[in-house]
Amino acid sequence: MSATHTSTLPQHGQGHSHSHDAHDHHEPNFWHKYVFSTDHKVIGVQYAMSALSFLFFGFLLMLCMRYQISHPGEAIPIVGSLMERVLGEAASGGKMSADLYNSFGAMHGNIMVFLAIVPLVFAAFGNYVVPLQIGAIDMAFPRVNMASYHCYWMGGVTWFTGFFLPGGAAKSGWTSYSPLATVAEFGHSFNGQTALLVGLVLLITSSLLGSANFIATVVQLRAHGMSWMRLPFFVWAQFVTAFLLLLAFPPLEAAGILQLMDNVFHTSFFLPTGLVVGGSQLPVSGGGSPLLWQHLFWFLGHPEVYVLVLPAFGIVAEVIANNTRKPLWGYKSMVYSVIAIGFLSFIVWAHHMYLTGMGTKISTFFQTTTMMISIPSVIILTALFISLWGGSIRFTVPMLFAVAFLPMFGIGGLTGLPLGFNASDIYLHDSYYVIGHFHYVVAPGTMFALFAGVYFWFPKATGRMMNEFLGKVHFWGSLVCMNMVFAPMFVQGFKGMSRRMSDGGAIYFGKDVAYGADPGVLKLNNMILASALLLFVFQLPFIFNFFWSIWNGRKVTSDNPWDATTLDWATPTPPPHGNFLKEPIVYRGPYEYSVPGASRDFTPQDQKDPKG
Amino acid sequence: MEIPYTDKPRPDTGLYNAKLGIWLFLASEIMLFGGLFSAYILLRVNAAEGVWPAVKLAWPHGLLNIPIGTFNTAVLITSSVTVVLAWASLKMNNFARFRMFMVITVFCALSFLGIKSYEYNEKFTHYELRLNDGKAYTGHLIVNGEHPGFWDFSKVYNLEQLKAKTNVTSIKFTADPEKAEGHGHGEAGAHEHKELDLKTDQIAHLDAFLPRNHTFFAIYFTITALHGLHVLGGALVLAYFAFPGAKLWKTHPEQFTNRIEVGGLFWHFVDLVWIFLFPVVYLL
Amino acid sequence: MSDNHSHGPTGGSATAGHDDHDHHDIASHIKTYIGVFIALLVGTVITVSMYYVHFDSMALTIAIALFIASIKSFLVAAYFMHLISEKKAIYGILIISAIFFVALGGLTLWGMHDWPTGAEGKAMYVP
Repeated sequence: MSATHTSTLPQHGQGHSHSHDAHDHHEPNFWHKYVFSTDHKVIGVQYAMSALSFLFFGFLLMLCMRYQISHPGEAIPIVGSLMERVLGEAASGGKMSADLYNSFGAMHGNIMVFLAIVPLVFAAFGNYVVPLQIGAIDMAFPRVNMASYHCYWMGGVTWFTGFFLPGGAAKSGWTSYSPLATVAEFGHSFNGQTALLVGLVLLITSSLLGSANFIATVVQLRAHGMSWMRLPFFVWAQFVTAFLLLLAFPPLEAAGILQLMDNVFHTSFFLPTGLVVGGSQLPVSGGGSPLLWQHLFWFLGHPEVYVLVLPAFGIVAEVIANNTRKPLWGYKSMVYSVIAIGFLSFIVWAHHMYLTGMGTKISTFFQTTTMMISIPSVIILTALFISLWGGSIRFTVPMLFAVAFLPMFGIGGLTGLPLGFNASDIYLHDSYYVIGHFHYVVAPGTMFALFAGVYFWFPKATGRMMNEFLGKVHFWGSLVCMNMVFAPMFVQGFKGMSRRMSDGGAIYFGKDVAYGADPGVLKLNNMILASALLLFVFQLPFIFNFFWSIWNGRKVTSDNPWDATTLDWATPTPPPHGNFLKEPIVYRGPYEYSVPGASRDFTPQDQKDPKG
Repeated sequence: MEIPYTDKPRPDTGLYNAKLGIWLFLASEIMLFGGLFSAYILLRVNAAEGVWPAVKLAWPHGLLNIPIGTFNTAVLITSSVTVVLAWASLKMNNFARFRMFMVITVFCALSFLGIKSYEYNEKFTHYELRLNDGKAYTGHLIVNGEHPGFWDFSKVYNLEQLKAKTNVTSIKFTADPEKAEGHGHGEAGAHEHKELDLKTDQIAHLDAFLPRNHTFFAIYFTITALHGLHVLGGALVLAYFAFPGAKLWKTHPEQFTNRIEVGGLFWHFVDLVWIFLFPVVYLL
Repeated sequence: MSDNHSHGPTGGSATAGHDDHDHHDIASHIKTYIGVFIALLVGTVITVSMYYVHFDSMALTIAIALFIASIKSFLVAAYFMHLISEKKAIYGILIISAIFFVALGGLTLWGMHDWPTGAEGKAMYVP
């Protein structure tokens, strides 16, 4: 039990936490305040800073890959010699070997999904905002929360050690399909793939601790009057996401353990009988099934993509309601839809496996459930669109990102339909079309929602606004560049370009090859590279803005600079240990904007009399 | 302000926080062991005929020691009842009884692990042998007069290692008595262990019953090891609550009782997994 | 919020008003626990004995073993884990988990046995 205290002093800095046995009021030392804190706000910020760092690193990996794709066999300028010094032979001459390209690819995917986006969207925003929005003083299990963060960064570090192990980092795709994941570096048991699997166990542990915490918090620690249908949609989204993480991750943990056994103890869980590698039979017992890995992986893999997107829906919903000055349209439908998505997401996974030779009956089953799940997703997106209708829209920077999210996610979602249909997926599977699709939902989709969230909640966390001009530059630059990076990929995919090719497709599309395909595909690679570099440049104003505004941003003049209704804006700024000066009581729903007869155009949830 | 509902339940849900938390965690554990059990089913259903030599079935049978397994099951069941009696003792304000039951629980847990380690060692020193003339045996290996032990990993031989790492050309093999084919029978009774003197070129296949030997062993060792880790973890937590952690009883008795209940729930889950695991790997 | 620490000398004095009521409750529960314990041991003996009985059908053998295991686990869950008197939220979580566990195992099993059929209607591919 944590001995938290109501702050009797005005506006402490963040992270004012006490060790749980101490009933004294000594200022905690640096370690307890910033490293081993049990305060959900500090932990949220810790997650955010770590995840943003991993995001940046993953971006750099991708830039190296894109350069390689456009200029196969050439040394990468500036970065190439650094890579050679750090990674040695794999990057000799500043050029990426094919294996190195594969490991960059596998690590880019894994880092972005597990170390960057999910921790940002769920652990960082969820930890910071959810207890505030439900009127709680902290999460239900603060020390478990802290343990969850430390498992997370340790898992990340474990992954990074892979770059320095024999054979380099994991290089069998982010999906780690067996048997490649086992035979890629068969001679060395402790290789990058092993590091990936061990780190994965740590990350899954972190995730399980976190998701149990979230669910218990939302169920048990809602303030008086905060009934289920008065919860902000953001909380509902995080709540469903927590269930996805809780129940979908363990089979991947099981699979990870089994693959670890294959790699280290030479079992054959996923190795079929009679496998021949490099001309000789593999000295293993055989009797395993590569398909088993795929089923177990995608059982998580599919709910995982909803984990990437549902909290984004939540952020966008909050920002839209606030900046249209009217309630969300169809709140109830959105809540039921998000619950439906949560449930259905567990039974669609094999649409990632249409090309494994599944029969027509089971393919039809998964195709049907996949089509079914698009319905609640469309309901949510439509409700958000309709929420704009008739609103007094304020195009603040968060709102720009939130509004842009809608069509961008729309493109991402619609392009998923041909992939969800068995017949069309036969052509498009493992092509660049797939890369275009999922990046659209995550990059101009989820990431835009994340940026909206940062600009939106920054004033609450720091007491200062981020610079608006720089925010708009960041927005417009990112919007244009992201489209220029990912839209060409649909074209490339339709023209038959496969993913994961370290030479950018030159072997199939080069001018000397009589493949009959359109070599224009290769020119698109150059456009994508240029746009990616430009995209990087447009993140610099954001990075600068973020840090500069912490100390020099325009100070807020009230605790509620956006005139929002939800409880997170009813705290001092920044919220002290214990969050609320007095226990909040909730009298109304979360989006009472422009209520006729009220004294202001918004009525906070904890305000008893709308006219008061 | 303190976090509410750590001792007393929240009125509308009827739960205190830790109880909800542990059940959520157990739900994820159901999915974890569920994934492993699914893997077991799939591997077994897909196992190819004729790969397993001695019994001519696709899946090895009768290789695990059932009396020991049964005893271990009884040990775990006992620990399950003692942990709930420990909680009940706290509810009746009897701390001394609580501590006694907790000690028995931890003792049972450690016994379970000890017996499991004995079983593992027994398997690692047991070999499967197939000769070039088609005969197949299971039994113990003697190389240069000694039984290769488990703890010296370099000596757990298969044929390739024997040829590559030693210059041994003849081995002795103590073969197990013949077992009747089919399911079910196969316990002791007979009788002679045949002593075989063999030259390495007569051998087609030789390997100890390690995880790499067959997917049966792979899944057996993996699931029981993971289960064993849970037993160990649970034992450590319960031991902590029985001794250093017990000082919470003096200041927050209700919260302490709740912690024991929560720890007990985890412990019962570990027992539950074994209740399914034992018949599935030992008996079926 | 009121401070709800209890600082009684031997601890447990916070429950002073409920002791007698709890005593009776718990005492009858203890009988149940011992009863379940014995039932579990008996169940174990039965399961192991079934091993020595030969059934022709493998399916029947599996069904019997799993049936006995289910009874035993029901007893542990219902009485040792107090599920028989537990709250709806917990039942809900467990039911959802059970559904997803069955979905995982069942759909994977189906997925690895439903193969495309060729023109003659026979499976084109067997793993």
